[in-house]
Amino acid sequence: MENIVSKLSTEQYEKNFQELHPPLTYGSALAESSRCLYCYDSPCMKACPTHIDISEFIKKISTDNLLGSAKTILKSNWVALTCAKACPVAVLCEGACVLNEKGDKPIEIGRLQRYVIDNYFEQGMPALFDVKPSNGKSVAIIGSGPSGLACGAELALLGYNVTIFEQSDVPGGLNTWGIAPYKMRKQDALKEVELVKSFGVSVKTGTGIGKNITFNELYKNYDAVFLGIGLGESNALSVKGEELSGVISALDFIEQVKTEDWSSVPVGKKVAIIGAGNTSIDAATEAKRLGAEQVIVLYRRSSQDMSAYNFEFDLAKKDGIIFHFLTAPKNIIGKNSVEGIECIRMEPGQPDSKGKRSVLPVPGTEFTIPVDMVIKAIGQEAQNDFISSVPGVKFVNGKIEINVENYQTGNPKVFAGGDCINGGKEVVNAAYDGKMAAHGIDKFLCN
Amino acid sequence: MVDLSINCGGIKSPNPFWLASAPPTNSAYQICKAFELGWGGTVWKTLSEPIMNVASRLGGFDYSGQKLAGLNNIELTTDRTIEINLKEIYETKKLWPDRAIIVSLMVESKRETWHDIVKKAIDTGADGLELNYGCPHGMSERGMGAAVGQVPEYCKMITEWVTEVSTIPVLVKLTPNVTNIQMPARAAQAAKAQGVSLINTINSIVGIDLDTLRVVPNVSGKGGHGGFAGPAVKPIALHMVSQVATDPEFNLAISGIGGISTWKDALEFILLGATSVQVCTAVMHHGFRIVQDMIDGLTNWMQSKGFSNLDQVRGKSLTGLDSFGNLNLLYKAVARIDQSKCIHCNLCYIACEDGAHQCIDITPEDGHNKTVIREKDCVGCNLCAIVCPVPGCISMVRLDDGSEEKTWNNLIQDFKSEGRELSWENLAEFQKQHGIEIH
Repeated sequence: MENIVSKLSTEQYEKNFQELHPPLTYGSALAESSRCLYCYDSPCMKACPTHIDISEFIKKISTDNLLGSAKTILKSNWVALTCAKACPVAVLCEGACVLNEKGDKPIEIGRLQRYVIDNYFEQGMPALFDVKPSNGKSVAIIGSGPSGLACGAELALLGYNVTIFEQSDVPGGLNTWGIAPYKMRKQDALKEVELVKSFGVSVKTGTGIGKNITFNELYKNYDAVFLGIGLGESNALSVKGEELSGVISALDFIEQVKTEDWSSVPVGKKVAIIGAGNTSIDAATEAKRLGAEQVIVLYRRSSQDMSAYNFEFDLAKKDGIIFHFLTAPKNIIGKNSVEGIECIRMEPGQPDSKGKRSVLPVPGTEFTIPVDMVIKAIGQEAQNDFISSVPGVKFVNGKIEINVENYQTGNPKVFAGGDCINGGKEVVNAAYDGKMAAHGIDKFLCN
Repeated sequence: MVDLSINCGGIKSPNPFWLASAPPTNSAYQICKAFELGWGGTVWKTLSEPIMNVASRLGGFDYSGQKLAGLNNIELTTDRTIEINLKEIYETKKLWPDRAIIVSLMVESKRETWHDIVKKAIDTGADGLELNYGCPHGMSERGMGAAVGQVPEYCKMITEWVTEVSTIPVLVKLTPNVTNIQMPARAAQAAKAQGVSLINTINSIVGIDLDTLRVVPNVSGKGGHGGFAGPAVKPIALHMVSQVATDPEFNLAISGIGGISTWKDALEFILLGATSVQVCTAVMHHGFRIVQDMIDGLTNWMQSKGFSNLDQVRGKSLTGLDSFGNLNLLYKAVARIDQSKCIHCNLCYIACEDGAHQCIDITPEDGHNKTVIREKDCVGCNLCAIVCPVPGCISMVRLDDGSEEKTWNNLIQDFKSEGRELSWENLAEFQKQHGIEIH
């Protein structure tokens, strides 16, 4: 890549990546928890995909019962710290807070949850849960992301011998590698891995299926297998110049940023991000915070069609990110490195059956934006090859098909949850899937 | 024009807001600052026998994240000499001739000692005296304070020692730590005092430190009971003021005290018969400046209600005060929920379900719970309206037309005249006759 931004000072990096939502103090947590109405059958609890008894855990903060509060949270959600920091609370629990209807500010549920779980880890994870005696059965979990961790924790407590196989050297999946540093640092995700390990779960890192061990070995040696494998490679743009130096997938870029060795992450002075989902916003704001002079998001549809949450869009605008809607990439230009991106204007066509309008290029509207770096953020493919290699597993529209009652795949011994069954949702959805799949596995193995 | 001036048993002040005898009235420095901000009067911190205070004198009672719902103290009377206090009272009165300065007194139970301190206090030019028979800690163990206030005979005797030499009005400050507050109030009247001040602090232990397991406040590992004050005591104080104000044998002025923090609190005391009100905890929490809102708020309220002076307001709520036996059993009120204001917290439901009479139905509707009162079962207890966080969402609606009235006393009278006894069966018949269902 040419025109790489010069390094910033350590202080500047820290400032740029400082937390968006800093921790609450004791006094502020007490005041905020006291503001909670302690609703009965509360809407926030229903809005949380893991159904944490939110008013209950908040009540416990107000009585200084922080361990009780942690237990209330964790029994519903094993990656509660990640969720506290990375959940889109404005569209989940906090969006459902009854105080919104009253015209007041909703309770800061995410920050209160973080306060409780931070305290729990600071206390050295005192034991809150009983691990049942071993039932002699074993389960292999592929992937140590949120669904794998949740599934592992739940099964371990039920008395199963659980092994999580993780291809990366560092566990945690997207909790570790996929969340913007101003929301959460890598270290937090690793604390949750330690919690799950404390229940007796073994986490084998650096162990790729098909590389270090075959699926068949797992299938033979374990009583059940859970697939928490997430998604695969980033989708290709399929335009000329995609192979040039300076073209990178958003996930690879975000992963580099998560090393927190910020000065070593190469960023062009002018950066174009293709796509307008939440991952795209992360990549855009991170490029800006690493020192990019100009960051442009290109999206072939209009602003109302983009999948990024409003609060993410707002964050990007505050960071000075420029958005070009109804603009599609046509070619990436450059000799060896990216020098520019040729775009074409799009116009809305007829809405499809779901109301989403198709877009069509407007001939003759081509124009070129000089850029040094192109980040692809137009979604990920499923792990097609791996999934098709598992006998019996059905694969529909890029998602593993499961029985929604018990998370069982077409192969009765194989269960799945998280992004690989939903095509890519929130951490909290994966956490719920993993937990429910554990109970599906338990029912399957006990019958 | 609204006139807030008062005359409390002969003590005049430009407004009813006085500082109670307490730490905020310890010195001329504090009192001058308070007068500067608008306080109408002050009761100077009690002049007494030689004493020494301890460190760690106060304990706070917090509730639900709110600081100082109540305040407990073990501080004693002034720990500065009588001479310094008398000199400062004299100087302060000179500077502030239009404000009321009342000197609080508490000395050993000897006639000469009282005569002596009363004369010295009068010589300062003060407007009145307040006899501290209420202090529940430290002084009572030395035969003063509440030790006097709890025995009406002592209260009368010592008050007589004061009134026989005093040339200025005398208020007697009553302790609430008695069974019937009317008795010491009557004793004060019998001894020719001009008024009573109530309530003094309530005996209390404010809390236990759950780490040290010691009571709060902790004086080097030990603690004891103290006097409780602040917002939490207001309902108790209001009741005691009303008891004194409605006593047919009592006709002196009342200075109301107990948890007054705002003009609204003050007004409630005045509506129950108080002429002046005294404030301490709220000032200890937020400073003398709170009086500005008190004056403004009271003035604005009086203006909005068409009152021009406090004589028109005083005791106005006493007419609606009666014993349970005189309340109308046929008054039928039920709760109604304004669905357009409901925020679906379901607090009314769980309160009624677990804490009252199970007459709210909850049904899922449009992704939330809809709560509806089953009116035929609603006993009109108010609980749902009290717990509802949205103003105006749940209201209590009267269903009877007010044409019929039957009190418990009426009912018993009827039973007597009809030769029927008070039995569950006879009550059930009355209820049936009036469509009252007990479930």
